[in-house]
Amino acid sequence: MTVIKIDKTEFASGLEKLKGSNKLFSPAKKGKDFEFAKLDAGEVPDLEGCRNTGMSPKSLIYPQSETMFEYTTEEADPDANLMKDVEKDYAPRVVVGLRPCDAYSFKLVQRNFESPEYRDPYWADSYEATAFISIACSQPYSTCFCTTAGCGPFHEEGSDIILAEDGDGYIAKAVTEKGEKLLADAGWATTAEGGEDKFASLKKAAEEKVTSSIDISKVRDMAILDLYEADFWEKEAFACINCGTCTFVCPTCWCFDIQDENKGKEGVRMRNWDSCMFPLFTVHGTGHNPRDQKYMRLRQRYMHKLKYYVDKYEDDVLCTGCGRCIRMCPVNIDIRRICDKMNSYVKA
Amino acid sequence: MQNPYLPFPVRIAEIITETEDRNLKTFKFEFINPEDEDKFAYKAGQFGELSVTGQGEIPIGIASSPVEKGFVKFTVNKVGLVTTHLHNMKVGDVMGIRGPLGNSYPWETLEGKNVLIIGGGFAFTTLRSSIIYMLHPDNRPKFKDIHVIYGARSPGMLLYKDELAEWEARDDINVHITVDGTDDPDWKYNVGFVPTITEEKAPPADSDTYAIICGPPIMIKFTQPVLDKLGYLHDNIIMSLENRMKCGIGICGRCNIGKEFVCKDGPVFTLSELTHIPKEY
Repeated sequence: MTVIKIDKTEFASGLEKLKGSNKLFSPAKKGKDFEFAKLDAGEVPDLEGCRNTGMSPKSLIYPQSETMFEYTTEEADPDANLMKDVEKDYAPRVVVGLRPCDAYSFKLVQRNFESPEYRDPYWADSYEATAFISIACSQPYSTCFCTTAGCGPFHEEGSDIILAEDGDGYIAKAVTEKGEKLLADAGWATTAEGGEDKFASLKKAAEEKVTSSIDISKVRDMAILDLYEADFWEKEAFACINCGTCTFVCPTCWCFDIQDENKGKEGVRMRNWDSCMFPLFTVHGTGHNPRDQKYMRLRQRYMHKLKYYVDKYEDDVLCTGCGRCIRMCPVNIDIRRICDKMNSYVKA
Repeated sequence: MQNPYLPFPVRIAEIITETEDRNLKTFKFEFINPEDEDKFAYKAGQFGELSVTGQGEIPIGIASSPVEKGFVKFTVNKVGLVTTHLHNMKVGDVMGIRGPLGNSYPWETLEGKNVLIIGGGFAFTTLRSSIIYMLHPDNRPKFKDIHVIYGARSPGMLLYKDELAEWEARDDINVHITVDGTDDPDWKYNVGFVPTITEEKAPPADSDTYAIICGPPIMIKFTQPVLDKLGYLHDNIIMSLENRMKCGIGICGRCNIGKEFVCKDGPVFTLSELTHIPKEY
């Protein structure tokens, strides 16, 4: 795949060209954090200032609240009580300046929204309409553990183009066909090729800066039920307040609720992010709740990330090592510590 | 590919109040677009999401049988927001159904076998679907002996009373109806809890005999040891689970038990399978 050097002037002018036929999104400072926002004409993303965004980019593909259908219950209407599709905007979009771990997260989540049996049209259409220009990390947080979570600061899977900062410009590597096309559309493809060696050396240096890690080597061979019944869950969950922050900031948490919202006789069926941290998530109509204690809910989240997903898809963890859940947790629950508890667990 | 969240529009064709407490009603639906009936082709043991516009959706086992054509039936207990609204709806009202969802009872495995059906309370719906399916003249030769043990709190709480009486009279199915108690002097069937009647009436266990159990947790809890005592293999004990659901297609993430989704990988599991799965149901 093509590797080229782009100076920052060319980068900015290329983005302006892309804005002609795409909506661009990139990190923008909002309050103390960076969040993804639409880039208007003339706006240049602040890629240097942002180590990573507070919220992951998942809402760009999978909004926190999304209308699925609309309806009327007005009996005089010939379409009364029928669900109608709503207009959706799946025009081409480009996300510029997300981190490689976040770009990779969509690949993990894709398995859920596009299974062999069912295709979630809202997620899948939105994902297909979007291209990702990620920027490799040179300043990881102390909470980053991507290199042992199936990706890394220069990880390519999930990105269409990956950028690496190099002096007063970027080394850009097209990872997919979509990425090659973006290079051409932005006019960057005319720039001098080269930079592979520099890219590789930057990658090596960046990976060495990620010093924290997780290890699931033993978890893989343990029985689900043994880990589920392990004795450490209540202790690890002691401080948890079930606030759900970890699930909302997580790029790979995908659970949702479906609700009908009415205004008079008009209404919409919508879905909203939900969280396995909330007691109502699993409560039955009878009042019975299979996860009626908070440690059970905490156990569900970490077992899903580090064991159920690994077993179900015979793959790596449902986690990119972005560290948001560690940074944002109000009571300092740390997925690395819980992973260590799981991996070092010996059944009594 | 069809949007899996879009319900098929249906019209309520008939509503039957099943039980004396009036909390259980059977709704017979007809598809507004006749071609949708083929898209809803199902097997006994599957479920559907009933969509009441403006209220929401609920996952309910399909009570009609694949051999019954032109309609689908669901028996619904009045419990929450959607079911209460549904209970107040009338014949002719329009709503929606999504499905069929989930796996089914393992019909290929069950062919050529003795089948023991054990049901309690209102969890008899997919069992009714199964019995109607097996008794159909095309299918009855495919199965050996069929036994049914079905219990409710009182005679007035039994579902599908006319059909129960009809099956009672047949000689190609052994039906054992029971109630927890009754003051009806003319009650001609059993009195006693389902586990007790199972111990008395269940056919002997062998590798060719399968039990399908569906009922409240308390019934399952006390019936399982009886089947163990009778020597039923855990591979031959088939159970249908329930959990809170939304999407019904393994995407929204709330009904998992370990790595399995009750909605998509279930709701039917063997007792052997459940032995290795967290009991989060």
